[in-house]
Amino acid sequence: MPAEHVAPVRLYLAVFACLLGLTALTTAIAFADLGRLNTVIMLAIAVTKATLVALFFMHLWWNERLTRVAIGGALAWLLLLIGLTLADVLTRATLG
Amino acid sequence: MAELAPTVAHHFDDAEQQREAATFGMWVFLVTEVMFFGGLFTAYVAYRALYPDAFGHASNHLDVRLGTTNTAVLITSSLTMALAVRAAQVGEAPSRIVRWLAATMLLGATFLGIKLFEYGHKFHEGLVPGPAFTYTGPDARQAQLFFSLYFGMTGLHALHMVIGLALLGWLARQAIRGRFGPAFHTPIENCGLYWHFVDIVWIFLFPLLYLIGRH
Repeated sequence: MPAEHVAPVRLYLAVFACLLGLTALTTAIAFADLGRLNTVIMLAIAVTKATLVALFFMHLWWNERLTRVAIGGALAWLLLLIGLTLADVLTRATLG
Repeated sequence: MAELAPTVAHHFDDAEQQREAATFGMWVFLVTEVMFFGGLFTAYVAYRALYPDAFGHASNHLDVRLGTTNTAVLITSSLTMALAVRAAQVGEAPSRIVRWLAATMLLGATFLGIKLFEYGHKFHEGLVPGPAFTYTGPDARQAQLFFSLYFGMTGLHALHMVIGLALLGWLARQAIRGRFGPAFHTPIENCGLYWHFVDIVWIFLFPLLYLIGRH
């Protein structure tokens, strides 16, 4: 069993700065018309921010691997939920 | 009162294994929370896929400045929460742990205050779904769906914040008594995980609700 890891304060401050920067970036980009790319970039930035919070603030980086299996399960079911719902909603028009 | 020495329950080999089991249990709870919020996110995705223009127009009625401010407030509260956990991990004085917890509570309360102000404004503008809904933009019926999801998702998120504040108050009480230190800080660690999770939910809510119709 690995001993608990204590992260340096500097790392927390760096993650915090990245999160604020990405928030400013996503707000700025929202005002530019990039068509469908707007949503893609917005989600990419949100996923990046969420990953930073999980890895460092939530100590996932240093956690045992079992935790990642649980999170992978959550994400897989979430994708199934949204994916299968969209497969229904988006094909109703074509299938009549 | 001194730090609680963790009593190792008989089914654990040692305190370390017990601590890891507790943290893993918290993560499993958060997995169920992902599914809890997931249903609302799925409803949002389905209806936005059906009515993209109505959602874009309706979204422009939200205040980007307040939304961005609240995002920054919540991210800052995650930093102070992480520092509270760290203060306990490295064995800092109880007063320092309490200081970070109090800062987190203050920021959480600020977030809820701004949210309350926004809700009041929406009531005033007739943007609350139901008989009082007086939206004048295009596709009012579809816009009403957007506002239902807005209040449902931010409301459930705010409820989590209120529960988080209660947990932080309880933690502060324990911390003042000197209960937490390098050998035992599982409650702070687990409440921290919860607080960061609520932050992550907002990280997705903010762009999906406030930023989709700006261009």
